[in-house]
Amino acid sequence: MNYILKMSLRNLARNKRRSVFSALAITIGTALLLFMSATIRGEMRGALDLTINLYTGHLQIHAKDYKDSNMSLKRADMIESPVEIAQKIQGIPQVKTASPRLNASGVLAFKNETIGIQVIGIDPASTANDIYREGLVEGDFLTADDRVGVLVGLPLAESLGLSVGDSIDLIVNTSDGNADEQQFTIRGIYTTDTPGYDKVTIFMPLKKAQTITRTENYASMIYILLNNMDETDAVKAAIQAPGYEVEDWREMNKLIILVEQISNAMMVFFNLMVLGVTSTVIMNTLLMAVYERTREMGILGALGVKGRQIKLLFLTEATLLAVGGVLAGLVIGIPLVYYYSHIGFVVGDLGISANSGLMFGNVIYPDSTNLFDVVSISLAGIIITIVSGYYPASQASKLEPVEALHTNN
Amino acid sequence: MEVAKLIDVTRTYTIGEVETHALRGVDLTIGEGEFTTLVGPSGSGKTTLLQLIGCLDMPTSGKVFINGQEATTMNRNQRADLRKGTIGFVFQFFALVPTLTAYENVELPLLLMGNKNHKARVMELLDAVDISDRADHRPDQLSGGQQQRVAVARALATNPKLILADEPTANLDTENGRQVMEIMAKLNKETGVTFVFATHDPRVIKYATRVVSLQDGLITKDENVNGKK
Repeated sequence: MNYILKMSLRNLARNKRRSVFSALAITIGTALLLFMSATIRGEMRGALDLTINLYTGHLQIHAKDYKDSNMSLKRADMIESPVEIAQKIQGIPQVKTASPRLNASGVLAFKNETIGIQVIGIDPASTANDIYREGLVEGDFLTADDRVGVLVGLPLAESLGLSVGDSIDLIVNTSDGNADEQQFTIRGIYTTDTPGYDKVTIFMPLKKAQTITRTENYASMIYILLNNMDETDAVKAAIQAPGYEVEDWREMNKLIILVEQISNAMMVFFNLMVLGVTSTVIMNTLLMAVYERTREMGILGALGVKGRQIKLLFLTEATLLAVGGVLAGLVIGIPLVYYYSHIGFVVGDLGISANSGLMFGNVIYPDSTNLFDVVSISLAGIIITIVSGYYPASQASKLEPVEALHTNN
Repeated sequence: MEVAKLIDVTRTYTIGEVETHALRGVDLTIGEGEFTTLVGPSGSGKTTLLQLIGCLDMPTSGKVFINGQEATTMNRNQRADLRKGTIGFVFQFFALVPTLTAYENVELPLLLMGNKNHKARVMELLDAVDISDRADHRPDQLSGGQQQRVAVARALATNPKLILADEPTANLDTENGRQVMEIMAKLNKETGVTFVFATHDPRVIKYATRVVSLQDGLITKDENVNGKK
């Protein structure tokens, strides 16, 4: 074994407790960063998945001037004969499902309480709505010819004390600029584990939504999900929808993508902050070692060991601490991420409304698939630790043998 | 043949505004195979002189030649190289690397020289100082005398021309001090390696072939003793 490596290992073993605690700082830092990074990536990926599944789809066809935020019911902002268009698009092989949706704003009144909501008219038979069907916690799903049934979200039902079979009044905006009020019966209560969405969204069959909003044979959009989102561009190019606009998930989720980019940038700063703290621990440990081993450096110098070899000795110690600490951090961090990526952890309602364009679930599943984070955090941990060892190593290498030999350390 | 030559060497230490003249103009030549002691009271400059011969320190003025090479014009790394191959050290405190075994301490200078086939040489040296049975022991598992014997073996490892020993018996009891000096005297006779000691221990002076006396940074007496030159 190389004598520098041998001496470094033994020097670290000389004060085991201090070496272990120093490496532990790197271990905790690495595990923490890995978990934080996976959590933020998982949260952002989850938010994007939710928004795509609940709202935008991978692709969407709508009128050129249609904006989700104002839920316009003007004819010019809507799609005519949406069922027929959806059926045509359903014929494209890469398309998993295509279904018309009609979005309208309204107010729910129950007993003495009123609350602003969005009404979405859906084709109950379409697989596009499986996410709601599978999320039923009580009652039944809608049927196409149901004229009075609606689905309400679990948080909304809980906040108003609603149960299946209860009657509620809905005041819904109409295409002529007025509002229509009708009584509906709660057929079912669903959850998508997205409180910001579930507490303001009520579903009814498309035909009923068209009737109450007086939009006849129109819908707000064709919602399209693909079998593979990587094929978005190809399918987008294949869709023929003259007079309408086809937008993909990237265009419709600019805010989420921006937030993700900001989160990534924040993570870089957070990484540097945590690694900065651990590097201070390492620097302190090695400075202590230089101080304690000054005379030993003098002996080595007298034997003909050069300054650069003494520097290498301390840098090797820093590297061993870094590699040991990072490996232990990976041993803790990777299983932790993997475990929580399967069971998730509940964060509850983050209070972010679906109208903001961001949909966050109440359970975060850390992203366990990101090898880049594992590699980048490990490398950053090792490099920053070695760099932090450079100053103590330089100090040691500058010691004059004659002076070092005459210290008491 | 001169192993070391010092010409009009001075060494002044400045601490704050106080200057201490450790050496005030010393001329000294150490010949090959000598067993020389530098003697004098504390503060006379013997350790400083030893450090200058060992290229551990640089003179304030004057010239130092080691094995024919002028050390005073060398940079730090060149002096380290010169030490590595030419000079061995034995210090007053048992200056072994605490994390290495006796074997590894003796092995270290050979590794620094890039010598890979050194096992027989290391064992030969440990045998020569009668410590081979403790080869696997670390310094803290050895007595002071045993540590000093390992230090002697280490000093000899690279077949240096010159071994410098600063108060080598100061921390040893009479018997251990005698053993260490016997070993060094024997090695001097058998291998011809040059020894220079800084000491005021009469037990060391007894073995010397030459005694150089210092006082207040100057050589006051230089005599051959024990009937040898």
